[in-house]
Amino acid sequence: MIKLENVKKVYQDGTEAVKGVTFEIKEGELCVLLGPSGCGKTTTMKMINRLIPITEGHIYIDGTDNREMDENELRREMGYAIQEIGLFPHMTVGENIATVPTLKKWSDEEKKERARNLLNLMGMDPDEFIDKYPSELSGGQRQRVGVARSLGADPPIMLMDEPFGAIDPITRDRLQDEFLKIQNEIQKTIVFVTHDINEAIKMGDKVALLKEGKLIQYSQPAELLAAPKNRFVRDFVGSDRTLKSLRLMKVDEAMKESPRVVKEDQDLESVGRIMEEEGVNYLIVVENGNKLKGWINREDVEETGQGKVTDAMVTDTGAAEIGTNLADALTVMLERDVANIPVVDGNNSLRGLLTFNDLQGLIGETYTESGGKHPEVPR
Amino acid sequence: MEVWNYINGHWVTIGSWTLDHLWLILVSNSFAVFIGVTLGIFIAGKGREEVADTVLYLAGIMMTIPSLALFGLLMPLLSALNLPSLGFLPAVIALILYGQLPILRNTYTAIREVDPAMIEAGRGMGMTPRQILFKIKLPLAVPVIMAGLRNAVVINIGIATIAVFIGARGLGVPIFRGLRTSRTDMIITGAVFVSVLALLVDGLLALAEKKFTPEGLKK
Repeated sequence: MIKLENVKKVYQDGTEAVKGVTFEIKEGELCVLLGPSGCGKTTTMKMINRLIPITEGHIYIDGTDNREMDENELRREMGYAIQEIGLFPHMTVGENIATVPTLKKWSDEEKKERARNLLNLMGMDPDEFIDKYPSELSGGQRQRVGVARSLGADPPIMLMDEPFGAIDPITRDRLQDEFLKIQNEIQKTIVFVTHDINEAIKMGDKVALLKEGKLIQYSQPAELLAAPKNRFVRDFVGSDRTLKSLRLMKVDEAMKESPRVVKEDQDLESVGRIMEEEGVNYLIVVENGNKLKGWINREDVEETGQGKVTDAMVTDTGAAEIGTNLADALTVMLERDVANIPVVDGNNSLRGLLTFNDLQGLIGETYTESGGKHPEVPR
Repeated sequence: MEVWNYINGHWVTIGSWTLDHLWLILVSNSFAVFIGVTLGIFIAGKGREEVADTVLYLAGIMMTIPSLALFGLLMPLLSALNLPSLGFLPAVIALILYGQLPILRNTYTAIREVDPAMIEAGRGMGMTPRQILFKIKLPLAVPVIMAGLRNAVVINIGIATIAVFIGARGLGVPIFRGLRTSRTDMIITGAVFVSVLALLVDGLLALAEKKFTPEGLKK
């Protein structure tokens, strides 16, 4: 646990970079320090491992004032990853990853095993990469090695300063996803600095929004979007905050489970009856075993008249997979110009139905501003 | 033909002059590297920018003093200190001074120009300033320091010929004697040996530079 208590930083020329910040980061939580450049987010992070000395206030690491610890020992207990990565070009990938273990005088076998494990964790083949030099890696691979190095001695806390800032958007997106998966496994306490609101919402369990050295809002991403404290927060999160909050929710949370379905080999007469009973114009068609096959609509049923479902159904349907976020699901709906899409799992088995009406309901909730109810976002 | 005859008839003597020459270079440049690298590391330290400017300026001035004048200046200085003012010692001292600029400047520049991101990463992971110097800055600076050393050695192999005027032995001897006695063959012999020696030593050092360059820095 990291606790900041009225932390201030005043530089010698009188600049107040951080003006009394107080907040707490719980164990295993990823806390994003967010804000425009010059807001003091990096300064705040660097005071945690004392790369920048604290002017006033206290930072407690698991209850101990960080100024009472030896600064190098303190830093070895915290992973450190930066945007520029700063891999050492004269050391191999394995030696780079083992930087802190080397400082801690681990044995060669321990170091090697740790480097191999971390490469595996990062999705890089240890046999291929451990003896390579940084100059032989792509940008994305270097970034991964940088993160692996910060995890070198398995520190309980990690400080990350825009660790995915210097790579192209597609690779960044992938690295963020990978990192979230890894964090799910390793459950580190992480301080993550970024100026990118989308990254903050995606990565953070909590987001601390700073402005000119002051903490403006400290809350879960969903709350930041749903209930911005003031105009600055509202402007910073952007006018598309509704869309952003949809990105935070998964289809699983908004879909109707076990929607009414018809089987592929059913005859059209019975389908017509079901539509009548339910008062719907569409039905989902499944195969035995609940696999999604397509849609059938009332017009086609009436036009075809006699026959089986297969004679009148539409097979080319969009679908959202379980785990997709609502913004992506909405995109599928808009692209296909449909008001409902089926939700399937990895095996294409039908799991539910997402309707535009449900989405609208959720959007309405985000719009109720302060004090408004917002969906909880389990992670 | 005359030159060839001269070499043929005096190869033992020429060999011993060459060895003397090499010895002079070896001793003076060993000291020069030690002093230059140490001083270079020192002035590359944080907050020593002004010291660095002064030191590099002085080393630059040193290079502009004509070698004969420097030998001349060293003589009274050494005799005042009750040290031998002729022969090997003043020659070594002069060569150390001449070797300073390239070694000093290259060490300084190489250390200053290590990517700050690496130092930041090193510090952030809990490396002490000493560990940052020895594990990051110096290994990365080695190729540039070696280039400075090569530069210094080649300059000094030339300058060492003049040291014969203050009584040091080396390949300056045949040149000096040849000048006095109008023996072109001796002058040419000395000049050729000095050039060949410079090329050979430079080649050897180039190999050493390659060997000492960390693997990951080779393209």
